[in-house]
Amino acid sequence: MVGDVQADRVVPPTGFTARLTVLAAAAMAFLAVFALALSLATGRLAERWSEALTGSATIRITAPEDQMEAQVAAVLRLLETTPGIGTARLIGRNEQKALLTPWFGPDLPLDTLPLPALIEITERGRGYDPEGLRARLAGEAPGAVLDNHSRWRAPLVRAASRLRALGLFSMLLITATTALIITLAISAALAANAQVIRVLRLVGAQDAYIAGAFMRRYTARAFTGALAGTILGALAIRLLPAGAREGSDGFLTGLGFAGTDWLLLPLIPLLAALVAFLATRATSLATLKERS
Amino acid sequence: MIELQDVTHGYGASPLLARISLSLAPGSFHFLTGPSGAGKTTLIKLCYGELIAGQGRVSLFGQDAAAMSRDDIALARRRIGVVHQDCQFIDHLTIAENVALPVVVSGRPARQIGKDLDDLLGWVGLSAHRSALPPELSGGERQRAALARAVIMSPEVILADEPTGNIDWEMSLRLLALLVELNRMGRTVLIATHDLNLIRQAKKQVAARVLRIANRQLLAAGAEL
Repeated sequence: MVGDVQADRVVPPTGFTARLTVLAAAAMAFLAVFALALSLATGRLAERWSEALTGSATIRITAPEDQMEAQVAAVLRLLETTPGIGTARLIGRNEQKALLTPWFGPDLPLDTLPLPALIEITERGRGYDPEGLRARLAGEAPGAVLDNHSRWRAPLVRAASRLRALGLFSMLLITATTALIITLAISAALAANAQVIRVLRLVGAQDAYIAGAFMRRYTARAFTGALAGTILGALAIRLLPAGAREGSDGFLTGLGFAGTDWLLLPLIPLLAALVAFLATRATSLATLKERS
Repeated sequence: MIELQDVTHGYGASPLLARISLSLAPGSFHFLTGPSGAGKTTLIKLCYGELIAGQGRVSLFGQDAAAMSRDDIALARRRIGVVHQDCQFIDHLTIAENVALPVVVSGRPARQIGKDLDDLLGWVGLSAHRSALPPELSGGERQRAALARAVIMSPEVILADEPTGNIDWEMSLRLLALLVELNRMGRTVLIATHDLNLIRQAKKQVAARVLRIANRQLLAAGAEL
């Protein structure tokens, strides 16, 4: 990659193809920042959902008011003797109210509603056998239902994982598109600089020398464009509303970079430069061979 | 050095050159003449590997041009200085950079030849124009710059294709004097031209062999020269 500065000057410093390469690399890098942010954010989301829901479950007890207390007591006794249960805690009325307030507002007349009793349980060791627990609950507290969250946890985690895969696929598409655009730009540049190539050959330049001059120019241009696009993309991410960045629990609002994720950003211009280098090398050598 | 044996070459069905043989011996001086379109430029291009002969053999410094790789031909061209009628410069490089180009492509940094470059530009009378761009020079100045570029690597052979085609008589004589001087320094020179006055002028200064392309054949020139 290191070449004589004077050797590189044989390729014109400006022109349509130069601008095309810089702009395309900048645009692709900008998009790559968002694809990377999406991929990282969905990865974190999938991990968070999985961690938050794994190892915990809820038992919901629906019973006539006069039987509720007895059924709750029966369930708590049963849980004390169930292997794999770490803790079992009855969620109080105030806590239930706090959970429902975001959905129904603060004026909810909770005392007049026939709310089920909720018992939060956590696993211990290798966990409990959900089917066995369900069978025991059915026998000793018919109004109790075990919800170990697996019904909705699995699709959510699956969706988040797919979104992450989509983000990575987008990165691949962006890389391929960058390579394609640079290939077109270098083809146009070689056609536009036919006179330069003719003169270089006249004075004894070998194909590797000519290709090298174009490679260094276009790699530098792609790196410069991608660096600008990456900086703009990172700024755009930083300027998202505060709740939309790291640490947010929301789905769309979790887009962004957290901690060491920022260290991945310098890889984007480096990757763009590598793609440009390889695309320019392949295209220029093939074109020079054709024109010999 | 450069040798053509029984070379036939052309574009399409009808050959432009038929069974041409030519040997450029070290230190020799040749003129190649003939009407426009006779094949002078084609013959020059065969001599530096720009064209590969359809039939026959072209030998560049002992190697068969048809069997040489592109890289080998590029290396051979570093031993041949070529001056075209249209000069062929890179227009966004200065005259000094264009003249130094053969050195740069050979892998030597141009700054290493600073004094040689200065001397060369002085020799062709272009010291004051070293920072000019090629389109800013006159036809004669461009031809002299092309000659400087052709000789900067101290080539063994100099091929000049109509080097005086776009310049006035005074400038033509000046360019001819430079080529004669190079020949006296031991360089082999081949000049393609249709300017018979230039040939007559040269023959007063150097023992030049004059060849003429006529009817696709390469012949010794007649008594008119």
